[in-house]
Amino acid sequence: MRRIIGIVLLAIVVLGITLSLAEIPFGTPKTHVGDYYVNEGVKETGAVNIVTSVVLNYRGFDTLGEITVLFIATIGLGALLKTHKERKKKRDVTPASLVLSTGCRFLFPLLIVFAIYIIFHGHLSPGGGFQGGAIIASAFLLTYLGCNRARANERRYKLIESSGGLVFVIVGVLGLIFGGYFLLNFLPKGTPFSLFSAGIIPIIYIAIGLKVGSELVSVIDNMVGESV
Amino acid sequence: MIIVYVLVAVMLVASIAAYLFKDLVNAVIAAGLMSLMTSILFYFLQAPDVAMAEAAVGAALVPAIFIIAIKRTGRYEE
Repeated sequence: MRRIIGIVLLAIVVLGITLSLAEIPFGTPKTHVGDYYVNEGVKETGAVNIVTSVVLNYRGFDTLGEITVLFIATIGLGALLKTHKERKKKRDVTPASLVLSTGCRFLFPLLIVFAIYIIFHGHLSPGGGFQGGAIIASAFLLTYLGCNRARANERRYKLIESSGGLVFVIVGVLGLIFGGYFLLNFLPKGTPFSLFSAGIIPIIYIAIGLKVGSELVSVIDNMVGESV
Repeated sequence: MIIVYVLVAVMLVASIAAYLFKDLVNAVIAAGLMSLMTSILFYFLQAPDVAMAEAAVGAALVPAIFIIAIKRTGRYEE
């Protein structure tokens, strides 16, 4: 009996979803906000990369929320795994071969430079703080895996992470002071396509890049711990 | 446009393989391959921002974190 009721309910749900989805014309623009961003975005924000102008200017508060979510996840992981770190068991590790460790040492600065490029050009080309931060973290991951016992300084990455978040919020509050809106782009826009343009967007992206990078490094550091 | 279908086919095969593998390291590699294909697909769909994030997070960081977790727990699924 329960199975029949279940099948009937499932059929009703499937029918309802099918009928409601059949009515939606997918792909046709329903709102005009997208056109507005594409046409007016460069003029209003100074950022040539439309995605950046939406992420950091029109929807900047949402980005602050995303940063906070990642921050909370990192804190949770750290709190969970910190207890393991207390009892240090140093297992014998086979040292990385010369080719591997030299390759890591060679690639690490290149990856960091690439990440800095991605972060600094977030308002000009695809990329930005999140992507650059992830690349920084993968560079550190490479050294954790390849170089023997190379570890990030815990105090330093915590400091960088906190100051990144602080810069984001302070820039937002400065917008509130100067223009009356949180995260208002109060700095001069500059000429489009130049490195120093788009007002507060590069500053916030540098803060986000440092914050995301150090958060992901702390995730890796907490997970690897001392035991590997 | 044929490359999009090839990418989607590889993604399907990789995700089913990730589900079926009993050796979890193999499953993680298959999931990483799925992420890499997703990132290339994002690039072809003209979303390079998302492609970069997907390649760095989905194909590099997440498999590494999973492998560290597997190293601390168990390698084989019953």
